[in-house]
Amino acid sequence: MTAAVELRGITKKFGDVIAVDNVDLTIQDGEFFSLLGPSGCGKTTTLRMIAGLEFPTEGSLSIFGEEVGTLAPNKRSVNTVFQNYALFPHLTVLDNVGFGLKMQGVAKKETKERSMEMIELVQLAGLETRKPSQMSGGQQQRVALARALVNQPKVLLLDEPLGALDLKLRQEMQLELKKLQRDVGISFVFVTHDQEEALTMSDRIAVMHEGKLLQVASPEEIYESPANRFVADFIGRTNLLDGTTSDNETVVLSNGTSIRAQNTFPEGTKVSISIRPERTEITQRSEPSDSLSSIQGTVETITYLGNARVYGVKFTWLSIEVREENRPDLEVFNVGDDVTVHWEHDAISVVKD
Amino acid sequence: MSNAVEPRGLSKIGLQINGWLVYLFFYAPIVLLVIFSFSDSRNVGKWGGFTLGWYEQFIDSSNARNALENSIKIAIVVTIISVILGTMSALALERFTFKGKRVFDALLYLPIIIPDVTMAVMLLLFFGEFFEILDNLFGLQLRKGFWSISISHIAFNISFVSVVVRARLAGMSRDLEEAAVDLYASRWKAFRHVTFPQILPGIAGGALLAMTLSLDDVVITQFVAGPGWTTLPVYVFGLIRKGVTPLINSISVIMLVSSMLLVGLSLLAERTRRGG
Repeated sequence: MTAAVELRGITKKFGDVIAVDNVDLTIQDGEFFSLLGPSGCGKTTTLRMIAGLEFPTEGSLSIFGEEVGTLAPNKRSVNTVFQNYALFPHLTVLDNVGFGLKMQGVAKKETKERSMEMIELVQLAGLETRKPSQMSGGQQQRVALARALVNQPKVLLLDEPLGALDLKLRQEMQLELKKLQRDVGISFVFVTHDQEEALTMSDRIAVMHEGKLLQVASPEEIYESPANRFVADFIGRTNLLDGTTSDNETVVLSNGTSIRAQNTFPEGTKVSISIRPERTEITQRSEPSDSLSSIQGTVETITYLGNARVYGVKFTWLSIEVREENRPDLEVFNVGDDVTVHWEHDAISVVKD
Repeated sequence: MSNAVEPRGLSKIGLQINGWLVYLFFYAPIVLLVIFSFSDSRNVGKWGGFTLGWYEQFIDSSNARNALENSIKIAIVVTIISVILGTMSALALERFTFKGKRVFDALLYLPIIIPDVTMAVMLLLFFGEFFEILDNLFGLQLRKGFWSISISHIAFNISFVSVVVRARLAGMSRDLEEAAVDLYASRWKAFRHVTFPQILPGIAGGALLAMTLSLDDVVITQFVAGPGWTTLPVYVFGLIRKGVTPLINSISVIMLVSSMLLVGLSLLAERTRRGG
């Protein structure tokens, strides 16, 4: 596999503020790669450095083996889809899409042909004489995509491109983008703060927080074995219970309850165990067959989601969330019911801060 | 159907009256001016029947025509140069960071704040010294006139153009320029194909303002004009001293109509650009 983009020890400072802190990252050719994190985590700055819109303070950055650290953006074979599309308001769709080719000195006839082809590919045929202001958000989004892809970049950079669309359209575009990426075969670097979006679309995800890279892995790995407490908390919903390891099989929670939890930390390490709400089951309170993989408590809250119910179950002073599908064969509980919550031992992951 | 927050009753009537008064205040003098420019009487404020005589007199008067010609020549040179310099300084202040930017920013708007008389005295002094230095060093015998007036007008118009263009630039998203360079445009091409078309309405507005301000400046022009050089407003001002005749009215109407034409043209230009 060839590395499309390679970051080595990349740091970016704005005055005294460290936006990106010593990041090492390799993005393979042809993969859908997401940079995921809350706002201000440095994901957009990282993307802008790859685009050349910011230059790194330290470190080396290469695109297909060529060092581009401080190369001007117009000299790089990458293109960007901007957050608010940044379409040129004074140009028609056709001229917007053809802009990059025109700037590269491609002949007029070829520019028009290739632009029209691309406009058809993103399903905007017939709208090429419109101005951006005469189009819907979803259509503008497609223009922005076409405008970038028509240049046949080696890497496509996308800065939260779906953020402004409503939920339904966003979900459609997620699938479409993924399909488009497979068709053109280049790597997409996709910045988002939406973990669900990242999980849906990506081959690999890099989770960032406060300028640092916390974990780079496939969606499954990030969800099932988060590298630390932040990743566990940020990706999906989970119950995080604080405790201390007593051996490699067991964690003692802060209220004294022992829970079976496989881990590789030395004895006495402060950890959190993460139990995903959908990996737990709730039943009438009974003597549990395995007291190390269950807790007994009282239903405190019920949230009805249509396709599922989320129970808040209180045991001692902790509270955990249990998600049960809305299926006729599953018992429905009421507030105040005494229940037992249990789980398979592999539903648990143990993380450090 | 009336809106809940719309004024009603007495306050509504009061506001309507206020509106009409404002328009009366604005336009009554203009209407009077136009009417009396056709008055066949030497007395400015007295109606003496209809005549086109004052317009004929303006066309026949070589002094008036000469002054008009000077005004137009100066306005054109001033507009071109101050639009270029003003736009450049707006770009520098809005898009770049450099040492001493805050100081430059504050100083740039000084000419807008300084009273005309102060500015006029400053410039008079400046040209006196400057021309003498040129004379001593290079033997250049420069006289006050076209260039001293033009330079003075440029000096204050740069600030006005800069303010107008900058407002437009501030409203333009930086993303657009970034998108342009991301799409292989050099800095210059990004300016030419993206920034410039975006700020063109601002530049046109600035140009119009510069032209208007140059065409009707009296105070500064009078100080730096030198002998034998006069612009139309200075000429009109001189006429008043000789005694006011409706000739002044006719000249004023001509200036009014031409400036309204200019504004109309620029509005039209912008509308066709947007609609296209």
